[in-house]
Amino acid sequence: MFDIPLPAVLAQVTIGLINGCFYAMLSMGLAIIFGLLNIINFTHGAQFMMAAFITWIGLNQLGPWLGFPELQLGFWASLVVAPLIVAAVGMGLERLLLRRLAHLDHLYGLLLTFGVALVTEGAFRHGFGVSGQGYDPPEMLQGPIDIGFMMLPRYRLFVVVASLAICLATIWLFERTRLGAYLRAGTENPRLLQAFGINVPVMITLAYGFGVGLAGLAGVLAAPIMQITPLMGGNLLNIIFAVVVIGGLGSISGAMVTGLGLGLIEGITKVVYPEASTVVVFVIMALALLLRPAGLFGRET
Amino acid sequence: MADAPFMLEVAGLNAWYAESHILHGVDFHVREGECVTLLGRNGVGRTTTLKAILGLTGRRTGSVKVRGHETIGLPPHRIARLGVGYCPEERGIYATLTAQENLTLLPKVGPGGFSAAEVFALFPNLRERGASLGGRLSGGEQQMLALGRILMTGAPLLLLDEITEGLAPVIVEALGQAIVALKARGFTMVLVEQNFHFARHLADRHYVIDHGQVVAEIARDEIAGREAEVNRLLGL
Repeated sequence: MFDIPLPAVLAQVTIGLINGCFYAMLSMGLAIIFGLLNIINFTHGAQFMMAAFITWIGLNQLGPWLGFPELQLGFWASLVVAPLIVAAVGMGLERLLLRRLAHLDHLYGLLLTFGVALVTEGAFRHGFGVSGQGYDPPEMLQGPIDIGFMMLPRYRLFVVVASLAICLATIWLFERTRLGAYLRAGTENPRLLQAFGINVPVMITLAYGFGVGLAGLAGVLAAPIMQITPLMGGNLLNIIFAVVVIGGLGSISGAMVTGLGLGLIEGITKVVYPEASTVVVFVIMALALLLRPAGLFGRET
Repeated sequence: MADAPFMLEVAGLNAWYAESHILHGVDFHVREGECVTLLGRNGVGRTTTLKAILGLTGRRTGSVKVRGHETIGLPPHRIARLGVGYCPEERGIYATLTAQENLTLLPKVGPGGFSAAEVFALFPNLRERGASLGGRLSGGEQQMLALGRILMTGAPLLLLDEITEGLAPVIVEALGQAIVALKARGFTMVLVEQNFHFARHLADRHYVIDHGQVVAEIARDEIAGREAEVNRLLGL
């Protein structure tokens, strides 16, 4: 393995880092939702996919639909609008359905969100087919950039910077602000927090909106990189759940570190032993379950 | 004080946990500035009474007025906003938040709350512990923090559940002095107490609860004369 040229390793590490950024954003959203709602949100992948489709629709379909062919919702507008739409739909889902399961076992929330994911994916398949749609990055982010050891598409560098900024901002929000203290307290003992005067039901709805909004942001960022298909989220979610099992659902920053770390490990495996690159995450998951069932950053209870 | 307006009026309060009927028509009242205890043996419904006042039980019926506002149909956060500070029996310190975060977490529910400096003046032990996680504090420190944080909210009515439970005598004494100081500042307090000797000199009146109802009301100056009755009711 020592005859592999360094630039090839660095190139795979970079690709791994980009994947890791998506893992990190998605698993942070899952961790937030699990903390406050006690629900493992299987709709997360569908919500990610929805945002990517909204981005694509905004650019290619919205104008013709509305009868103004020249009307386009560009990438930057989508970066704001799509997560907001996904969050709003998610908050409706929470108020109408998830809330009714709050006092039941995890399993019911899991089944419901899994069902909603299937319905959503089915609807998009019906509407847009399974063949992937492409999406060009915005003009100012097109073309390659030299990062020393390789030429990297400008847009991918942007994804790394943007998603790291999003993750760090989320951690800052949770660990350093008053709102974050409410969210952490609500994760620990929501009933008592409500007895202190906080409107916990509304806070939970907003937290769900925030969690799926993160998935939406990731979906918009993914649109120019991945094939936009109804199944893009479901495929990614398999790995995200492995990430969450390894990291433990208890910690927001743990989710970020685990997501990035596993992206990098995957990238390195592609160079060192390519045959194992698709299973390495699941091997690590099995080891984590054996050695630390609560996850690397989880709390034993 | 006898003609001060009512801070809390509880009438015919019934409360359930799931199917268990715990409170069977609790009646009592507290005037502004009064300190009142709910006494009784374990399991008679004293803690449930405090929880039911805040809407933390399952179903509840009857009437609970806070400063004249009927709260029986309100969710807990709306009741708290009327000016109620709650110190639960298990203290409820958030283990994953620092002591400082715990202290400043609660929203303001009234004017004139303590500053952090005033809390530290009352409980000097907390001064050095700000950066420690709530879960790392000693029982006494947690109790002081649980009391200190509701003082910062400006709530004029404090519901304090078993604040002396399991604590060393020196801490119990500090808490007793704090109660006296708070009373002098005009706070209205409802103490649920197991420790009658702690409570008897602090409170203006005592309500004895048994089987989910108030069975006796005893003013401070009646205690000496009704010692035998009190001992019988409390099983002392």
